[in-house]
Amino acid sequence: MTSAILSRLKSTLGQAVSQGADGRPQVAPDSPDGLAAALGIASEENWRVRIGGGRTWMPDDAPADVAVSTVALNRIVSIAPSDLVATVQAGVTIRGLADRLAPHGTWLAIDAPGSPDRTLGSILATGTAGGVRHRFGPIRDQVLGTTVVTGDGRVIRAGGIVVKNVAGFDLSKIQVGGFGAFGIIVETNLRLRALPQARHALVATGDLDRLANTARDLVDAAIDAIAIELVSPAATGSAAWRLVVDIAGTAEGVVAEAARVGRVSAPLSWDPVPGAGALRSAIAETALDGPVTIRAGVFPSSVPDLADLITERLGAGRMAASMGRGGLRWTGSTRPDKLIALRHLLAAREIPVAVERAPWPFRAETGHFGEFREGVRPLSSRVRAVFDPRGILVSPIDGANGG
Amino acid sequence: MEPPDQALVEALAAIVGPKWVKVKTAERRAYEADGLPTHASVPMLAVLPGTKAEVIAIVRLLAARKVPWVARGAGTGLSGGALADPTSVLIPLTRLNRILAIDPLNRRAVIQPGVVNAKLSEAAAPHGLLYAPDPSSQSACTIGGNVAENAGGPHCLKYGATTGHVVALDVVLANGELATLGSPQGESWGPDLVGLFVGSEGMFGIALEITVRLEAIPAAIRTLLSDFTSVRAATEVVGAIIGSGVVPAALEMLDQACVKAVEASIYAAGYPTDAAAVLLVELDGTIAGVAADSEVVEALLHQFGARTVRSADTPETRAKLWQGRKKAFGAMGRIAPDLVVQDAVVPRTALPDLLDTITALGRQYGLTIANVFHAGDGNLHPNICYDHRNPELRARVEAASEAIMKACIAAGGSITGEHGVGADKVDYMPLIFDPTTLATMCAVRRAFDPAESANPGKVVPIHYCREWRPGIH
Repeated sequence: MTSAILSRLKSTLGQAVSQGADGRPQVAPDSPDGLAAALGIASEENWRVRIGGGRTWMPDDAPADVAVSTVALNRIVSIAPSDLVATVQAGVTIRGLADRLAPHGTWLAIDAPGSPDRTLGSILATGTAGGVRHRFGPIRDQVLGTTVVTGDGRVIRAGGIVVKNVAGFDLSKIQVGGFGAFGIIVETNLRLRALPQARHALVATGDLDRLANTARDLVDAAIDAIAIELVSPAATGSAAWRLVVDIAGTAEGVVAEAARVGRVSAPLSWDPVPGAGALRSAIAETALDGPVTIRAGVFPSSVPDLADLITERLGAGRMAASMGRGGLRWTGSTRPDKLIALRHLLAAREIPVAVERAPWPFRAETGHFGEFREGVRPLSSRVRAVFDPRGILVSPIDGANGG
Repeated sequence: MEPPDQALVEALAAIVGPKWVKVKTAERRAYEADGLPTHASVPMLAVLPGTKAEVIAIVRLLAARKVPWVARGAGTGLSGGALADPTSVLIPLTRLNRILAIDPLNRRAVIQPGVVNAKLSEAAAPHGLLYAPDPSSQSACTIGGNVAENAGGPHCLKYGATTGHVVALDVVLANGELATLGSPQGESWGPDLVGLFVGSEGMFGIALEITVRLEAIPAAIRTLLSDFTSVRAATEVVGAIIGSGVVPAALEMLDQACVKAVEASIYAAGYPTDAAAVLLVELDGTIAGVAADSEVVEALLHQFGARTVRSADTPETRAKLWQGRKKAFGAMGRIAPDLVVQDAVVPRTALPDLLDTITALGRQYGLTIANVFHAGDGNLHPNICYDHRNPELRARVEAASEAIMKACIAAGGSITGEHGVGADKVDYMPLIFDPTTLATMCAVRRAFDPAESANPGKVVPIHYCREWRPGIH
């Protein structure tokens, strides 16, 4: 079977095809059309396909006949600094993109968890936003358009390169955070921001409830921060919880706002972290300190209770919660049955839980999503069938026992 | 005009009461148009539900009888998106106008679809909160309609369009199925079906309850009004402001034709009529932040040749500066019997050339085209005054509109930034999307509405929907 697959793919895709260490055929096309051709063949043959990028986030372990990778789709197609828009292929890493944007005085307002070598495709497909969603919104807000290859090899171009656009149905929305179940994102048009002159973080250390109350005071005082994040002890190597306030803007503005943070939160003391970038990267990378990462849709007011509950149910882990927008991420080691039980418990409190990253046996059982609300599961299945009519894309958005 | 099927009328009356089924010709004619004057169509009948249960019952009845239908808000849309033909039932949702809950702690509101946009901000104000999307029609348009169209408004430059503010939806699909999409916090129970539903122009189903995000009312707001002797300079400073890192709450422009119309009307706001363009910049945030941003913006305005810069900080003085912008459509409406408000988007850097092109097209077609628009996000609104009773003039208006759309597409733009495709722009869709993408849009629509009975004939030309179907139905 393997040799037949290899020779069929090679006849069309040549050098893009290889045999992986596990003997499985691998395809890494360097163009959207190449990837479309690969999926067209796979669909005809009914081969199961798994999608991978830089292999720094999701384990590349799903059972499949063919592994398709976006790593060779690594071109930054265009940067329009004056329009604050870039067109970027899915295999470009977040670090590589940042390096290319900075000389233009621009940046992409995404600080996803994980390695700086994560690919954009991975971040978009999993919808994994970091702390700066406080100011700039979730991943989907940074996406103006997508080019997607469907499970049967069609190429779909949705959205555009303008910052405001309501022409046609917004097909990009289902792709972002769709975990690859609705096709493979091969290229995206991104909204950029002007690079701030200065960036500065403040860190306070202390008791969870007290820091959560402080965060609430900062939000109520409309502190002009790009992130206000509560970080668990394990995530920063500290003995206690930390509240991280990340401020960006003009040099004078940052100093003035940092002073206001001090006034609003007095007598709490803060450690300044000039630059803030290294701290943010460190927080992002702690999301890899364990095999499983989940995110829970929780309001900021309920973060302390949820943090306690997750620790009780799943064990200690690395946690980070946005105290303006809400949402808590946990990374650690746990079992599928424990996650399913937690998800069930939290569903009663209207808190959805998504599995952002886990080994195959785990995510196959829990699904990336679960405890679906009325009508969501059948609707999702019907939409999925539009983008993958033969069901060849291996993506467990709903698991065997996810509820 | 054919009288409606009596059995259907009786079945609908059994759901909502006879008073709320509108079958008389004059009653139906009240719904023959929305805010777009170039299209009209009289529905078979109109039925006005008063409760969520009634909406569900109506949709299920129509699904069972295979009768197409069109949901409608206040009818302020500008793309003919809420027009129903004589074979379709119109479902105005204006009676579902209750704000069900406001949660100040978590900054959320739960509302029915017929709630008027501005009423929500009024209700949230005592809590120090507001609802950010603010289409120009906000005193009349409904949030259900805003959800259908993914409506914008001046302040979506900073705060984003409707899609960024809707976190959860209870919907009835066209086949009568119910679904709860999204969650109050905003994280989803599955893939982002809320994002897909918002902006689906009434073709996926009806939002029965809408949970939205509220924002804190900013501590400080400052409005700057500047005028320029060159449209090009006024558009170039827009890019410079955005590139500086300042994110204004709004950045609006009026050209000379528009300023003259405003100043000749009862809405006169003291804008200089000899200016080639007037630029309104609104900054909001903390007191210190607004002061710092104002310095940056004022310096740029002067650097790019602003003759004067007026500044306002109080609600009264700001309202005065905004008056000309907010009432621009009304002012132009009094010049001629009809007004087409076009809607297109281009990359910001294309604005100077595009405005030159629009002026040239106006000359070519012998039309006066006035521009009042959201300059900060490149969202143009060319306004064309005309008289629909003159078919020759109407033909020129349509030809000019098409030429403007093609120029915007050639500049890398889109055919609509906030008004939607509706009936008006359906023929332009193949100019920006390939057949495969259009066919996929149709297929996604069928995932929500297998019988294609909700708002038929809008958004995607029908023949693109026949070319590809997955084997799932």
